[in-house]
Amino acid sequence: MSVSSSSHHSDHSYILNSPGAMASRQRSSLRGTSSLSPVAPDQQYLSISVTDPVKLGMGVQAYISYRVTTKTNMEDYRGVEKMVIRRYSDFAWLHERLSEKYKGIFIPPLPEKSAVEKFRFSAEFIEVRRRALDVFLHRIASHPQLRFSEDLRNFLQADEEIWAMERARSQEGTLFKKKPSDFMQIFKDVQSKVSDVVLGKEKPLEESNPDYEKLKHYILELEEHLGESQKQAFRVVKRHRGQALSEFGRAVKSLGDCEGGSLGKAFSGLGGRSEFLSYKLQNQAQDLLMNFEEPLKEYMRTVQSIKVVMGDRAQAFRQQQELSEATKLKEINLEKLRLVRPDRVAEAEIELREMRVQCDEATRRFEEIVKRMQKELVRFQEDKTHDLGLAFHDFAEGQAQLANDTADAWRTLLPDLESWSQVAENNGI
Amino acid sequence: MMSFEGRGSLDSVNLDRQDYDYRSAMSGITLSGETHPLALSEEDLSSNEYEVHDDTYVHTQDNSSRNNTGVEIAVEPPSYADAVFTPYMGGREDMQETVGSSGPLSSRNGFLEYVTITVTDPQKEQENTASLVPGGNTYFTYLIITHTNLPEYGTNNSSVRRRFRDVVALADRLAEVFRGYFIPPRPDKSVVESQVMHKQEFIDQRRLSLEKYLRRLANHPDLRKSKELKFFLQCQGRFPLTASIDMSSRMLDGAAQLPRQLFGQSSVALPPQEISQPAKGGRDLVRLFKEMKQSFTNDWGSAKPLAFEEDKEFIEKKGKLQDLEHELNEASLQAESLVQAQLEDGEVMGELGLALIKLAKFEIEEALVSAQKVHALDARRIATAAVKASRFYREANAQSVKHLDHLHDYLSMMQAAHAAFSDRSNALLTLQTLLADLSSMNSRVEKLSAASSKVFGGDKSRNRRIEELKESVKITEEACELAQKEYDQIKARNRTEFQRFNSERQRDFFHMLKGFIHTQVGYAEKIAHVWKKVAEEARESLSKSPESYTTRSVAIS
Repeated sequence: MSVSSSSHHSDHSYILNSPGAMASRQRSSLRGTSSLSPVAPDQQYLSISVTDPVKLGMGVQAYISYRVTTKTNMEDYRGVEKMVIRRYSDFAWLHERLSEKYKGIFIPPLPEKSAVEKFRFSAEFIEVRRRALDVFLHRIASHPQLRFSEDLRNFLQADEEIWAMERARSQEGTLFKKKPSDFMQIFKDVQSKVSDVVLGKEKPLEESNPDYEKLKHYILELEEHLGESQKQAFRVVKRHRGQALSEFGRAVKSLGDCEGGSLGKAFSGLGGRSEFLSYKLQNQAQDLLMNFEEPLKEYMRTVQSIKVVMGDRAQAFRQQQELSEATKLKEINLEKLRLVRPDRVAEAEIELREMRVQCDEATRRFEEIVKRMQKELVRFQEDKTHDLGLAFHDFAEGQAQLANDTADAWRTLLPDLESWSQVAENNGI
Repeated sequence: MMSFEGRGSLDSVNLDRQDYDYRSAMSGITLSGETHPLALSEEDLSSNEYEVHDDTYVHTQDNSSRNNTGVEIAVEPPSYADAVFTPYMGGREDMQETVGSSGPLSSRNGFLEYVTITVTDPQKEQENTASLVPGGNTYFTYLIITHTNLPEYGTNNSSVRRRFRDVVALADRLAEVFRGYFIPPRPDKSVVESQVMHKQEFIDQRRLSLEKYLRRLANHPDLRKSKELKFFLQCQGRFPLTASIDMSSRMLDGAAQLPRQLFGQSSVALPPQEISQPAKGGRDLVRLFKEMKQSFTNDWGSAKPLAFEEDKEFIEKKGKLQDLEHELNEASLQAESLVQAQLEDGEVMGELGLALIKLAKFEIEEALVSAQKVHALDARRIATAAVKASRFYREANAQSVKHLDHLHDYLSMMQAAHAAFSDRSNALLTLQTLLADLSSMNSRVEKLSAASSKVFGGDKSRNRRIEELKESVKITEEACELAQKEYDQIKARNRTEFQRFNSERQRDFFHMLKGFIHTQVGYAEKIAHVWKKVAEEARESLSKSPESYTTRSVAIS
């Protein structure tokens, strides 16, 4: 484990045990109700940890399950502490639900779905994934809006059978229940094409907001830089395997055995230290991976989720544009109908009203995304500075520690070396 | 100090009209007035083939003979050589080592002797002789500068131009003359490499390896005073020795001798000295066959093994050296790969630094929020540390290479040991062959005498043959004596060289270990310091950040 506090990366809880929280817990247990009573906002806590990966199933069907433990005093949660078993696909489900419901918010990213079968279950891989899932839930729990999600509650609390049912149901739902906006979209696509031809004008597909343009460029370039940094960090981690040192140590020890005498001892000393340092190096590799490379990777994934939101925003913008187009058309039509076909007017008016509602809805959706994005970006920058600042600090600490250990290990050999060489000189050969 | 026997044969070589002998404090037995057959003879020097300037040579001879008698030799301190040097071992300290490490350095008068050699200035030259390839053959020569205060060298400073072929010739000649010594192996011919590598790189590498080789020769207490090395370093114009790879002429030589040998005549003609020397390539086919036969006899165990107890010791030593070679080989390989790995470590760290610098620059330029500026500073802090660390890695690596080079050096010296032990085996083989010859000759004499005595009035033809044989016996006996002496000499050299090898190796390895570890400690401390500072600054920056992560988890915005 790393030397310093990589608090948000490890699985621990930041419980703030305020007296109010305690009291409310007691109250609820006395009452025997399943739901917690409301707690003052500044005293709410929701702490989640992902632990104990276990391999289940056999062969191709094998998968890893994780223990998800929740401690909370938030209302709508049944009880203070709850433990459930979940697997990766469950996390993926949660991620998708949140993505659908909270447009404009940067949904915390999941670790990658692994395609390669054989390295799926290496210990390192499992630990990396576990940690990433832990961070995933932690971020959701500390997000001002996401933490109130019902899907999150279900994910954290539902017992196995209920959970299975819930997942099946929601999967079904997504198959058959199309959201109204999707329907409108399909419909509108057809219509807009027609109106395009009729009106002969180009449809502006994208926002022409200069600030937003800048932002888009920033995000794309950031992705590149983070990617490059992460790649180099990965290479640094790989070089901490210490293989060359340990083999050198082995060969030198062997040479020492052959030489014998004081020189032999000196060589053995050299060999022993080399092997020791190789071991230290390997330990450092694990630290580096978790506390330096992973955070960089995580922010790469976060940037991906920002891009998703950018896509959502673009789509919302398009919808809003199209619906407002369609509304205008309907208005024009209505005027025409008043003159030509008065019997159709009432119907047309109803349609127009509905269209206007849709349009307002689309506008509202778009504007909400824009507003959310703004807040999210500030949050993102602050989180990034803090998290990566921590990662950088850990990296520097680790390297300093390693270098110190190295210097110490070699230094302690020197006095012995001196005395051995003295002995050798005195003895002649 | 090691006692130095057996140089007598060299001492009395008649190179010139003058009696040139290196009467150092250590000179030993002299063969009464006889010339070493393989040493440079007058013919070699004055032959028309070689453009040797006899005058210069005579001149240096004069100097040396003058110096030889004088006892007061001005000792020049190494400072001048120092200034001129590009020490490949890096640093005065190592130069001292070169000077101080060559075994028994002090002459009788106790002055510190030195021979320092530099190889520089490779130049392309054209071969004069017509060749098949149009445009002529080009080759490179190197300028070799020597500074020394050895009396044998006459002059303090010399500079000559030599090509690689000359080095090969020198090495071959040394191998012939200094049998039983651990002679440092010369650099490889490496034809393949010269085609693979860029020409300049190859020439540089060759220059370096030549320098290393010559310095090792100069380090050897006996080789440094050899006339072969001295000629090489001082003789202007073309180097007067050819490499002994001229197989064709040797075969011809041998073929010419063969009929005489077959008819039993040549054994009279060959002087005992030649017989006592190892059978060379083409020159001595019959002898080669005989010796082969003898070695088979030896190998297949029909002959009794040598009863001398020192041979058990020798076999032990040989075995130990073989083990050592095996271990050294492995250690040398691993040292190579360690050094390579550490070099790459440094590079990777440097590249991380670069990537983070770019990230920092980007964030600063695009900063909309103050958090970004802080982030940029954080990144840049780490980046500069990474770049500094990477530089230290590189420096440490360069030092380590120099230290660990000792492993490679002693590994290559194993070749020298093998050659020295081969010399011994060959000398023994020669001796045994001659002894066998002798005994067979003696028994023939006996048989003939017995047969002849049966004939009434004496058997003229047989008696003549007996007389002839007795002559041969006498010569062979002399040859046996010489062969015995040679073998004993070589054994003694083996022994002292082995000791010297061990004590030098021990000293050099300790030096290597100390140097290597000091380097590691020094650079690790520097690197630790860099990161420690940065970690502190990072911690400060973290504590100053406006909203720590912990509070965010509780508050609702």
